Amino acid sequence: MELTGAEIFVNSLKDEGVKHVFGYPGGAVLHIYDALYQQTDVEHILCRHEQGAAHAADGYARSSGKPGVVLVTSGPGATNAITGIATAYMDSIPMICFTGQVPTSLIGNDAFQEVDSIGITRPCVKHNFLVKDVKDLATTIKKAFYIATTGRPGPVVIDIPKDVTAQKCEYSYPKKISMRSYNPVVKGHLGQVKRAVKLMLSAKRPMIYTGGGVILDNASKSLIDLTRKLGYPITNTLMGLGAYPATDKQFLGMLGMHGTYQANMAMHQSDVLIAIGARFDDRVTGNIEKFCPTAKIIHVDIDPASIAKNVKVDIPIVGAVGAVLKEMLSLVKESKTSPDKEALKEWWKQIEEWRSMDCLKYDRDSAIIKPQFVLEKLYEVTKGDAFVTSDVGQHQMFAAQFYQFDKPRRWINSGGLGTMGFGLPAAMGAQMANPGEQVVCVTGEGSIQMNIQELSTCKQYNLPIKIINLNNGYLGMVRQWQEFFYQNRYAMSYMEALPDFSKLAESYGHVGMKIEKPGDVEGALIEAMKLKDRLVFMDFITDQKENVYPMIPAGAGLNEMILI
Amino acid sequence: MENEAGALSRVAGLFSARGYNIESLTVAPTEDDTISRMTIVTTGSEEIIEQITKQLNKLIDVIKLVELTDGEHIEREMLLIKVKAKDKVKDEITRLCEIFRGHIIDVSEESYVIEVSGDSEKLDAFIKSLGKMEIIEVVRSGVSGIARGSRSLDV
Repeated sequence: MELTGAEIFVNSLKDEGVKHVFGYPGGAVLHIYDALYQQTDVEHILCRHEQGAAHAADGYARSSGKPGVVLVTSGPGATNAITGIATAYMDSIPMICFTGQVPTSLIGNDAFQEVDSIGITRPCVKHNFLVKDVKDLATTIKKAFYIATTGRPGPVVIDIPKDVTAQKCEYSYPKKISMRSYNPVVKGHLGQVKRAVKLMLSAKRPMIYTGGGVILDNASKSLIDLTRKLGYPITNTLMGLGAYPATDKQFLGMLGMHGTYQANMAMHQSDVLIAIGARFDDRVTGNIEKFCPTAKIIHVDIDPASIAKNVKVDIPIVGAVGAVLKEMLSLVKESKTSPDKEALKEWWKQIEEWRSMDCLKYDRDSAIIKPQFVLEKLYEVTKGDAFVTSDVGQHQMFAAQFYQFDKPRRWINSGGLGTMGFGLPAAMGAQMANPGEQVVCVTGEGSIQMNIQELSTCKQYNLPIKIINLNNGYLGMVRQWQEFFYQNRYAMSYMEALPDFSKLAESYGHVGMKIEKPGDVEGALIEAMKLKDRLVFMDFITDQKENVYPMIPAGAGLNEMILI
Repeated sequence: MENEAGALSRVAGLFSARGYNIESLTVAPTEDDTISRMTIVTTGSEEIIEQITKQLNKLIDVIKLVELTDGEHIEREMLLIKVKAKDKVKDEITRLCEIFRGHIIDVSEESYVIEVSGDSEKLDAFIKSLGKMEIIEVVRSGVSGIARGSRSLDV
């Protein structure tokens, strides 16, 4: 039977196993919305802004491992989604974003709500397609899911002109797809893996450094097995938190600009660095000239372009981290040599010395609420089991430092692009993907206002998210840099005219709380978590002058941290 | 690479986004009209060239990539040049054309159009040899390249 393009769209999603689409209707996608209306297999979640829709799909993907799906209209619908697409691109999140387009006859005509979506998204997608013929639609959708979810994942945009959604053709969804120009590798080169294992086992001061790649490849279990077998210290990047249990003794905390002293010092003094699914980002390495001066480096990554991009590598291994970690573990088990116990003992002694500096200490007796205290209490109250999304700024760093993530996919933040406004919509996606689970959004009064309209979406779909607003009246990270590097000239970092957030939340139909005393923090959190079916907006009035420590200033090496 | 709309802009966009140089870029369909062949001339340190290679390979439309300068290869570029050609200068131009194995492919009362092909240095040398003659217009095709011997870029 012949179907319209719009019906083919819906059927393709169904056959792909898609349950949720986040989007916003408009002229160019009305045929598609009409087709969605007439079925129940694919649920559409109406966000209040296309950026919100894209972040929601992103949070859905990060928390579940399934690709996120977005549907927006042409022109402004597509441009509003760009920030969300770029956010997903920087963090390698599988996402398929469908953008409506003006009819093919009008493309290039400066038509109403026309924008060159393919051109404008090209630098921030893994790939994109313009579907000009309805006969290509199903195959293109299949290709898009294949590309988005394999290799190094990423967003794929499909631009569909309105007339294509009205044209008819026979529908069949391809079961498999292969592309001559796209064949991502899985297994690492065995010879290289053997060399890597040999080097690993010869280490005196080893360090394991892992990133988002471990989480994306669901390789947490393999990482834990290998790390425990070796007995080596391990650190995670901001994107990699949760891949290795934060409460484990071998875990040194996050590394990088606001990482722990022990993690950064251990990196700096290591003799063998084992980098897995991480990309040596500038926020991790500090001054690249001073990075790990004595280390031989092993780098495992699925993307060859990530290897030797920033840092020279001694043993590169291109492959899926899960497969390589398994291979490494079996080689370690088979090997006649085992880790150097004496050297390791010395190394751990040194590390414990660094750890005893207690680099995350803060004033626990403060009469004003400290943001760190809120996050510590949040961790205790949720028993470390919540899905925690965050926005961008000081609160993001505090959450990464003070919430102990023991499981992967629980920590959801915009690490690469650093997108303010990410937290709330991402929490919506995480809640849709994990009904019944506790989802918390840690944010600040700056970030939350960048997508606060999504409180309305949360009401419509009864998403019982708990919002932790660390309200210090400043764009805290900007203020911190202005204090450190611009002699306290607080240009535009003070937020005047803030709303009463608890009342604002109430007007959206949610529960609002305002917490002003340290003694009320724990009680408020307990009370909020008890409201299982309600969104609770907790406005914590926190210390205006608190800074994120420790810190590596720009241009410094990992061993040159500023401690409090 | 796949002979798809937008494939060229992906390559050009990659070079500008990452700040790589393109000295020249030529592209046209091959004997298989679903495939285009592109020759890019670029410069950079060994690390940069390695990154360019990896980033290009990452583009979904790129089927296969070889670095021709890794081995023996041939580079050819075509030059079309229009020069003022009056009176006794005509003989001089004809002689230079012969030396450089070029052809005069259009003749008018006052001008010649000359076609020369070869590697880029040869074309530079030809233009230089025209010396004081008045050049009206220069068109260069950019470099196309192919490996010597049996080495080939199959897909």
